[in-house]
Amino acid sequence: MLNRRNRIPQQVSFSRRATNWVATAAAASAALLVLAPLFAIFGYLVYKGIGSINLEFLTHTPRPVGEAGGGMANAIVGSGLILGIASLIGIPLGMGAGVYLAEYGKDRYSDAVRFTADVLNGVPSIVIGIAVYALIVLRQGHFSAFSGGVALGIMMIPTVARTTEEMLLMVPNNIREAALGLGIPQWRSTISIALRSAASGIITGIMLAFARVAGETAPLLFTAFGNQFWSLNPNQPTAALPLQIFTYAISPFDEWHRQAWAGALVLIVLIVVSVAAVRLAARRGSVRHTA
Amino acid sequence: MGVGIEVNNLNAWFGKAQVLSDIKMSVKPNQVTAIIGPSGCGKSTYVRCLNRMHETVADAKVSGDVTVGELNIYKNGTAAVDVRRRIGMVFQKPNPFPTMSIYDNVAAGLRLNGFRNRRELDDIVERSLRLAALWDEVKDVFKKKSGASLSGGQQQRLCIARALAVQPEVLLMDEPASALDPISTGKIEELMFQLKDQFTVVIVTHNMQQAARVADWTGFFLMGKLIEFDKTQKIFTTPADKRTEDYVTGRFG
Repeated sequence: MLNRRNRIPQQVSFSRRATNWVATAAAASAALLVLAPLFAIFGYLVYKGIGSINLEFLTHTPRPVGEAGGGMANAIVGSGLILGIASLIGIPLGMGAGVYLAEYGKDRYSDAVRFTADVLNGVPSIVIGIAVYALIVLRQGHFSAFSGGVALGIMMIPTVARTTEEMLLMVPNNIREAALGLGIPQWRSTISIALRSAASGIITGIMLAFARVAGETAPLLFTAFGNQFWSLNPNQPTAALPLQIFTYAISPFDEWHRQAWAGALVLIVLIVVSVAAVRLAARRGSVRHTA
Repeated sequence: MGVGIEVNNLNAWFGKAQVLSDIKMSVKPNQVTAIIGPSGCGKSTYVRCLNRMHETVADAKVSGDVTVGELNIYKNGTAAVDVRRRIGMVFQKPNPFPTMSIYDNVAAGLRLNGFRNRRELDDIVERSLRLAALWDEVKDVFKKKSGASLSGGQQQRLCIARALAVQPEVLLMDEPASALDPISTGKIEELMFQLKDQFTVVIVTHNMQQAARVADWTGFFLMGKLIEFDKTQKIFTTPADKRTEDYVTGRFG
């Protein structure tokens, strides 16, 4: 940590060098402390879960109680389906609201939108689940991946909206002026200039929202519900990794406990991989700032 | 080719504060016209009224007539975006689009207005970069390198090339060299001599030497009014108004 960059010339007094050393050490250990829980969780997941992960786990549906083997393939795919629906709802609505707040809304209505988004961000996820249960599941008469996706999508909106707004506000105004001065219409400048300049920050916000809802269990309990069999129909009850982990973890069976650990590990890895993949793709699409 | 600009009864406000009153000016085609005056006299607002950029600021209002060539830009039914395509603008601080390559910066005005012909676009980008005297410095890297990676002076010439690519008839420059060092400033000034063959140039500056060097015509603004507008040589040697004389001789401002 105390590398050459921090070295101070000899003539500087001992007390100042000591202060520098202490401050640097304090900052470094704070950084370590922040990282420690993450690595502890991940390490423990690998330790408990890696043994149960095999091809069957990733490609088969659960076996009945008492039978060994089986896997969570339907839950992995189900999670993908639900998150896909959630993204289709949460990303456009969230980005639309963020664009409105940053580029157009300078009135009381936008203050109301901003406040509502902040409140929505604070609503417990289980409350959102119940609301969607009442509004969609009860009306349709059945659980479904669709209703699960709606619940998670609603949870994504405030995070996406506020990060989009904040990232757009960081784009300097003279860039917008340049676009207007070229006779580019405002809607076009918003999409091709402002959003593009803010893209990397907005993508980070979207992936943050995505990663957060990917692990949500509570809102899925009475929307997607879970399923022990394959279902790719968004109108049917659908398995999801967090639900499957929840069901297995509170069961009395050792085999299911092991599979719950494995499911948790798969969930984390999938989230990390999808976030990393999106970021890589986004980086490839932008120009470099140096030669 | 450049066209002339006829300004009549132009008034402009920010909220309730009037920043321009009753401006009348006749800008000659294919000439460089300089707008000088102390800070806050309304000279930037004035050029921003010539391509309807003034109204992009909240609370800004404008009244009067501005006719560019045959186009009355404040007539009902004239779209601001069409006006701005015919009257390009270069700003005080270089403002290239940061996420775009040099090529994309120059092509932006055409592309984002729906122009799609690749071959022609290539030609226009090269011609614009040559016109802005930037081509030789960037020709090997202009498709890969970001516009933001250039030096300040190069960035400003990139912004000029970007404005020229839309093929405007008038080029407005709002203190285009005030953020640049003397060498880059010299390059921009040299450029103006060449640009006036094809465009009408209006430049705002608070550097009087610059006005004297580059402009054929000079207008002196004070507190929102056009005090005097004449041939540059007349303004700097035998101005008609005492206030103009005081300003150009450095007695105030």
